[in-house]
Amino acid sequence: MRTIKHRYSRTIKIKTEGSTIAFNIIGYMVVFIFALFCLLPFWAILSSSLSSEKSVLRYGASLIPREFSTSAYEFIFKSPRKIMNAYGVSTMVTVSGTLLGLFLISMTAYVLYRKDFKYRNAFAFGFYFTQLFSGGLIPFYILVVQYLQLKNNYLALILPPLMNAWYIILFRNFLNSVPDSLVESAKIDGAGDFRIYAQIILPLSTPGLATVGLFLALGYWNDWYHALLFINTRDMFPLQFLLYEVLRSAEYIAKILSQTGAVISTGNLPTETVKMATAMVVTGPIILLYPIIQKYYVKGLTIGAVKG
Amino acid sequence: MVKRKRNGDKAALSATEFIAIKKKHGFLTELSKNRVLFIMLLPAILYFVVFKYLPMAGVYLAFTKFNYIGGIFGSPFVGMNNFRFLYISGALFNITKNTVLYNIAFLITGNIAQIMVAIFISEIPGRYYKKITQSLMFLPYFVSYVLVGFVVYNILNYETGLLNSILRSLGLEPVNMYGNVGAWKYILVLFNIWKGIGYGSVIYLAAIMGIDREMYEAARIDSANIFQQTRYITLPMLKPTFIILLLLQLGNILRGQFELFYQIIGANGTLYKATDIIDTYVFRALVNSFDVGMGTAVGLYQSFFGFVLIMSVNAIVKRVSPDYALF
Repeated sequence: MRTIKHRYSRTIKIKTEGSTIAFNIIGYMVVFIFALFCLLPFWAILSSSLSSEKSVLRYGASLIPREFSTSAYEFIFKSPRKIMNAYGVSTMVTVSGTLLGLFLISMTAYVLYRKDFKYRNAFAFGFYFTQLFSGGLIPFYILVVQYLQLKNNYLALILPPLMNAWYIILFRNFLNSVPDSLVESAKIDGAGDFRIYAQIILPLSTPGLATVGLFLALGYWNDWYHALLFINTRDMFPLQFLLYEVLRSAEYIAKILSQTGAVISTGNLPTETVKMATAMVVTGPIILLYPIIQKYYVKGLTIGAVKG
Repeated sequence: MVKRKRNGDKAALSATEFIAIKKKHGFLTELSKNRVLFIMLLPAILYFVVFKYLPMAGVYLAFTKFNYIGGIFGSPFVGMNNFRFLYISGALFNITKNTVLYNIAFLITGNIAQIMVAIFISEIPGRYYKKITQSLMFLPYFVSYVLVGFVVYNILNYETGLLNSILRSLGLEPVNMYGNVGAWKYILVLFNIWKGIGYGSVIYLAAIMGIDREMYEAARIDSANIFQQTRYITLPMLKPTFIILLLLQLGNILRGQFELFYQIIGANGTLYKATDIIDTYVFRALVNSFDVGMGTAVGLYQSFFGFVLIMSVNAIVKRVSPDYALF
């Protein structure tokens, strides 16, 4: 980014052509529209979550709360057990899955990186093949539920996204920048293969660890699919799946109430704003954290190959 | 590179010696020599065998009429019956058509939007403007699809949606999107762009950063304006990245975006005809009807043709320009 900046700050001082001005105006506008399009939906949810239920029902969503109210948040935090519990589940799954995944992925990538390992290409292909062909959802489901007996087990959330060939290859691409001679000389000094991995390779591959770790962590944190398939105990719901359930059951309650003609009670039951507030409480940490995470993401993406 | 290196070493040896060494260095020799490396590889091998290769054996179910009592290997074998039924009923055609057409639409619109944003971001001055807008565009990438589904609902629902509340405040008639089947094609495409714009534009931006600056200097000396520079330098230089991404996406054209469709459409039966893709069909076969044989058959069909597709795309690319090939 700096080179471009440099290039332009220099040329603009010399002379700014009319076409450049036109180009920049179009550019500013296009980028602005896209950015706005990405922000507005979240803004609308935030605004509605801070409105009174009555105003949302009467006027619909708006970008500035018509009647400011924190009652939806109060409603949620009156009995925060469910959400706190889901936060706990998601944190536990994300942390343990990411750490275990990073360990296994980096270790596997290291073996495949070792040029003196004869079968490295054969194994790499064995892993890669699973990206090209798979047994599909139903055999996978039957395997997990019937053979591994992991229904209503946290392992059903941790194990399936744990590693895939794409992450291993991505990590190996990061390792390829570590010179062979380092491994060679460590071997001459008498270091074992595992020790080379743990004490030489790992400390040198922090960009790779950060990138793959972020991929893994984001995947775990945002995962609702495996919970949908394998978890039906309420206490074990991860955060995103809890949100899914809340949104669905709120719609369901509203539907039942409107069908039975109990219109009055919908006004008292803050369903709409509670949905918004739940969405905000669940997504809040990501929205607060992502500008920091994004920096590493961009860095990792720029270093790691697109091709994989 | 390994091969070249090894051959280089071996060049000094005579041919017979070379063969002798090669023979001696079999699997067992390698196993004892690199024992630790094998042990380090073991967890991954175990994981891939259990979670990836075992389900592949399960595709046998596609040729059975599954029942609980029989289980996987006790259920009656029916040959190609499941496939025949899917073909005759027209279900297979409809979901394949939807999956492929949606993916093509996603691919075209997504890449155009990402390239456009990447080019503008790289060219416009204003460091903070770029940083802030780029961050904002990355926001949808980081949220879960559950929230994406909710965002769509929150904008489009008839009673309290943002769109209708804007329309009402302007004195216009509100629209009922959830009753309008035709509109969902565009909604899905739009929100697919929305979700991927931040991530995709970063990849293209990285490619633009890699372009040699001297080319632009030279173009400016030849008095090419910024539009011409974009047209004749930036776009051609983005071609390799574009082709690789296109290939990856083309190979996956039979794999539907389950999360996007499931969260946005949900269980809205009226929209199925226009929005049912292979992945949602398989999911319903599992969850709603527990039609294991049929669902596995569709999954196998998807996997098999997806495999054929990616192999042929790769083979073609390998012949035309080997540098772009995946493997």
